[in-house]
This record gives sequence, C-alpha cells and structure tokens, in this order.
Amino acid sequence: MNFFDWQFAWSILPQLLQASLNTLLITFGGFAIAIVLGLFLAIARRSRQVWISWPATGLIEFIRSTPLLIQVYFLFYVFPNYGISLTALQAGILGIALHYACYTAEVYRAGLDAVPRAQWEAVTALNLSPLSAYRNIILPQALRPILPALGNYLVAMLKDTPVLSAITVVEIMQQAKNIGSESFRYLEPITMVGLFFLLLSLGLAWCVRRLEDRMEEAPR
Amino acid sequence: MGDLLPLLLQGAWVTVQITFWGSLLAVVSAVIAALGRLSPIGPLRWLAIAYIEVFRGTSLLVQLFWLYFVLPMPPFNVEMSAYAVAIVGLGLHIGAYGAEVMRGAIRSVAKGQYEACQALNMSPAKRFYRIILPQALLAAIPPGTNLLIELLKNTSLVSLITLSDLAFRARQLDQATFMTLEIFGLALLMYFVMAQAINLGMRRLEKRLARGRMRGGLS
Repeated sequence: MNFFDWQFAWSILPQLLQASLNTLLITFGGFAIAIVLGLFLAIARRSRQVWISWPATGLIEFIRSTPLLIQVYFLFYVFPNYGISLTALQAGILGIALHYACYTAEVYRAGLDAVPRAQWEAVTALNLSPLSAYRNIILPQALRPILPALGNYLVAMLKDTPVLSAITVVEIMQQAKNIGSESFRYLEPITMVGLFFLLLSLGLAWCVRRLEDRMEEAPR
Repeated sequence: MGDLLPLLLQGAWVTVQITFWGSLLAVVSAVIAALGRLSPIGPLRWLAIAYIEVFRGTSLLVQLFWLYFVLPMPPFNVEMSAYAVAIVGLGLHIGAYGAEVMRGAIRSVAKGQYEACQALNMSPAKRFYRIILPQALLAAIPPGTNLLIELLKNTSLVSLITLSDLAFRARQLDQATFMTLEIFGLALLMYFVMAQAINLGMRRLEKRLARGRMRGGLS
C-alpha cells in the first residue's frame, strides 16, 4: 500500500464535496438562526422583569456548560416522544443554532453594555418605543464593534458541524467515514476532510481579521 | 430511574478521568507551543505555528477520527486504545487553543521581572520556570477555565470512538430502556454540575495562588 493514493483521493472528491454542501448548509443556516435568537436572548437577559431575565440567564448558562452532542441527542431522541418529530438535519441545525445562540447572546451583551448610558437616557427623553429605540439607536451602535466576535463564532460553528454525524446527518465527516468503512482506506478521506476544515476556517478567519482592521480604521 | 444512575455515574467517572489527563496534557502542550511561538529560532516558531493552526483549524472530531482510524494503518502503524486517543486528541486540541492563551499570559509578565532575573544572574531556564512561568500560569487561569470547560464538554465526542464515557452510556441506556427524557436530562445535568465544579475549583485555586502575590506587593 502506498502512502497517499492520489487517484483514490481524486475519485472520492465529488462525494465529499457533495456532502460538504450539507456542512455549509448547517453552518450558515444554523448561524443565521443563532444570531437572531442570540439577540433576543441577550435582550431578554437584560430585561428588568425577573420572570424574563432569569429563565434567559439560566438557559444561556446551562446550554453553554453542557455538550452540544447531548443537546443534539436530546432534540433528536427526546422530542419525538412528545409529538415533535424532526429529521436528523432539522434537529442538527436547530441544536447547533440553539447552542451558538447562547454564545452569541453573550457577545451581544458585551456590545449592548458598551453603548453609553447617555444614549439610553436620550431614548427615554425622546419617548421612543422600546422597539424603535433598539432598532434605530441602540443596535446600530452595539452591533458594529462585535461583528468580528460574531465572525469567530461562525468559524467555531463550522468546526462543530461534524458532531451532527452522531445523529446520522451526512455531512462531510460522516461521508468520509462511510467511504472509509467501504474501502478500508481512512487516510485519504479523513485527511481531505481535515484539509477542508483547515482551508475553510483559515479563509473565514482571514475575513474576520479584515473586518477587524476595517472596524479600526473607520472613523466613528 | 434508580437503575440508571449507577451506570451513568460509571460513565461520568470515565469523563472525569479523560478531562483530568487531557487537561494535564493540554497545559503541557500549551506551554511548549507558546514557548515555541515566542522563540527567536525560526524553525521552532514555524513548528509551533503549524501545530497551533492545524489543531485549531480542523474539527476535534476529525482529529479524533484521524488518530483512531488512520494512525493504526500503514504507513504509520501506531495503534492506540480509544482511551489513549481520547486523551491525546483532546489534550493536543485544547493545548493549541491554550497556546494562544499562554502566549498572552507570558507576554503579560512585567518587564521588571526579566530585569530582576538578570540582576540576580539567573540562567534563562531558571528564570522561566521559577519566575516567569508561575506568574504566567496564574494570569492564564481565567481564560484557561473556559478552555477547561470546553475540554469537559468536548469529552462527549470520545463516545463516537467507542469509549464508554457519560455520553456513550447515555446513548447505550437510551437504546436499552427508551427512558429517553430521564437519561438525556440526567446526562445534561451531570455535565452541568461538572462544569460548575470546574468553575468553582479554578476560582478557589486562583485565589489561593494569588495570595502570596498580593503580599509580595507585585501587581
């Protein structure tokens, strides 16, 4: 057996790329849900109503300190008992989105805390509704500085997608494992998957760094 | 419910062991990689950067599978038990993240400390392990705690390379008893308790280690 069989690697490339579409769908779909849900969680956590802020805080802390794998198991195996049947892909996207929503909620919190107090007072003085205050005054100021931090979570999320192979989602890692168990060659598929993640995460990280630089030079 | 608990606790014990040994390896590899990263010698620095980027840039699960499925095959022929793969994989993975934390921590040690070492005529090695490293490790505790909890959560992935940790037991019990809600609920709760224990333990450790520092008047 030779070291790295290029011909074999070339022959399985289409299968891996096909499965990588699922990886990308999970990453970007999940991230889209996570950043919206995370914002709501962050606002809920800041609420003065204890019955809103406590559950939000509890949920964020609980999800952040338990493994994604078990959370995904929970969604995929427990929910159907209560009449909510999700496909593996749906449960996977929902699970990873919920997990990262709790991380992004903390990022939002930092951004919201950084908005000067006077802005909140001005909002009150102008008698703006909470919705309009958030949309027109607070969020535009809170979001800009935290964009790079959100980007970092996109990269982290990408690298967590293989966890979903545990609930039979055929993303790129699962596909590589399937190829390996059929052909008894693991070196090529798993190494290629590693390269896929390495290239994509380095590329995304580079974009985040560019974003950071742009933030710094832009006048406020 | 009473029958579930002992089996889950058995799994949790494996999780604790993997977390413990993994975190030891992670600290060691983080310190070595951070030193390499700060080294003036080119090849050492590149090696450290390569290690950090590869282990941070690929998924943990990919790394575990690579160690578990690819390494035993030719041309490597390195066969490790699932237990060893779990410790090595997790340790090296979190170590790569820890290297960046350690780098910042080593850099945060005040310049005066280096000058004092020079005044006392210490060798570079002695300077590092007697003066710089203890202060750097202390500074690394708060971000290190987050990584440790990350490590604990990531141990659940070793169930996918057939190691019978808490996640593995939960899945196995679920298939045998169908008490899905209880099992996964309990498993989540156990991970949560372990994470809180790490949080608390690290905070107490930090307080203890920082005590002498306050008295010495260093800040």
